[in-house]
Amino acid sequence: MKLVIGIVRPEKANDVLEALYRAHVQGVSMSKVQGHGGELDRVETYRGTTVRMGLAEKVRFEIAVSEEYVQPAIDALCEGGRTGDVGDGKIFVHSLDQVIRIRTGETDHAAVTPVTPIGAASGDRRDD
Amino acid sequence: MIDSGDTAWMLVATALVIVMTPALGLFYAGLVRSKNVLNTFMMSIAALGVATIAWAVIGYSFAFGDGGGFIGNFDHAFLKDVGFEPRDGTTIPQLLFFVFQGSFCILTVALVSGAVVERIRFGPYMIFVALWATLVYPVMAHWVFGGGFLAEAGTLDFAGGVPVEMASGFSALAAALVIGARKDYGRQALLPHNSIFVLLGAGLLWFGWFGFNGGSALSAGESGALAFTNTLLTPACALVAWFILDLIRGGKVTAVGAATAIIVGCVGITPAAGFISPAWAMVLGFLAAIPSYLIIVWRPRTRVDETLDVLAAHGIAGLTGILFIGFFAQFAWNGVADGLVYGNAALLADQALAVLVAPAYAFAATFLILRGLGALTPLRASERDEAIGMDVSQHGEEAYLTGEGALLISIPEADAQPGKASEAA
Repeated sequence: MKLVIGIVRPEKANDVLEALYRAHVQGVSMSKVQGHGGELDRVETYRGTTVRMGLAEKVRFEIAVSEEYVQPAIDALCEGGRTGDVGDGKIFVHSLDQVIRIRTGETDHAAVTPVTPIGAASGDRRDD
Repeated sequence: MIDSGDTAWMLVATALVIVMTPALGLFYAGLVRSKNVLNTFMMSIAALGVATIAWAVIGYSFAFGDGGGFIGNFDHAFLKDVGFEPRDGTTIPQLLFFVFQGSFCILTVALVSGAVVERIRFGPYMIFVALWATLVYPVMAHWVFGGGFLAEAGTLDFAGGVPVEMASGFSALAAALVIGARKDYGRQALLPHNSIFVLLGAGLLWFGWFGFNGGSALSAGESGALAFTNTLLTPACALVAWFILDLIRGGKVTAVGAATAIIVGCVGITPAAGFISPAWAMVLGFLAAIPSYLIIVWRPRTRVDETLDVLAAHGIAGLTGILFIGFFAQFAWNGVADGLVYGNAALLADQALAVLVAPAYAFAATFLILRGLGALTPLRASERDEAIGMDVSQHGEEAYLTGEGALLISIPEADAQPGKASEAA
């Protein structure tokens, strides 16, 4: 199991979500973050005050997946998030010690999504 | 002869109409995404600047100069001969008449912006405002208010069903077709980011509309009082009609729908305000809601990204109001003419004439202006700028800042160390 963290541009967040759905990666958390990754700062002016915005709005996806979905998740983040300009973001992959689904108490592989082969009706079968 | 009572009311009414433009900005700003809120608001604010200048330079003269049936002349260019002396048939200083009519022009051009928000570049937009406030609004205002061919024909338009509502609505359709849809239109849900702005904007617009309609009698008398009353009654009925339509369609009354209904009601009564009885004004409210509602539900399923539905809310509701006069105008209330129901079928023909020519001219003129402008300079922001958001890309500002991560680069001189300030700048 891995935790895939992808930090992308907010305007590409919808494209990433679309790509994740297409790859059948389900179970996604998303949060708004501010970050700085070496892109050119934008300059904004408010009356007499001119500022360089050192932090840019980003969207952070957290996706816990079983091993076979690590690459599809990474591919979806890259495909959906890439514009080619500096500031497209980064992907971090952690190993995961434990996953528990609160509703059922299932753990580990049974608890990460997707847990069923594509097209299967039941949501509770193991995916290994 | 100047009447001080009339003048006092018209001073207030004019200020009420002026506040409608920032109110419209607020209404529109709530309907767009948060990354485009300042740009959308600024399109209304820009009209206050650019359209005012256009109106003073030549627009007023095109609308109210004694020209032919189609357009005025250059007699009042640069405010020439616009002074304290009232215009024929009015009892207020012509200067005040000029400002009151100008406030309509400002609002109308700002209305058109609703069709092209979230993608049009700000510079070309301002040129469009100048051209539209010179070539479209004044021409159509001349037709009905300035002694043009519709006024000659006998078309009744109390407060601008032709030059304000139908002009903005059908211009909006043309503008949306020329500019094209937003890049995410039809692919992603593009939702209002702040429905409270939408409601507050609509409420402020309604407030201003009492000056817009109530002032269009150009006096503080019976006609103005009738228009003022109807400006409460029609939107109230449109609002309740919208509630019912919402309930039928989705089982819930919606807030953004309510705000839209207020606008539709105000627009519907605009041409008819001083011409129909209060009872018929209430009927108009219920009636006007229906076509606008149907178009607002249908339009997003088409490829036409007429983003904030100016056509449905203004063009169609204005058209409904103009036609309604043809049926239900009542001499006993307006002292001018009866409609079909009261035995004068000729009025309906005059109203129908306006419904044919106004949309045609507004659509064609706006289409040509934008096509011409588009041949000289790109009208749309790049896809990248559109994605980043028009606030940052067009104005270098954001609406909802936290200030975190913002580094000063223009350090006040007293505090700045020599050398460091110039390096930072």
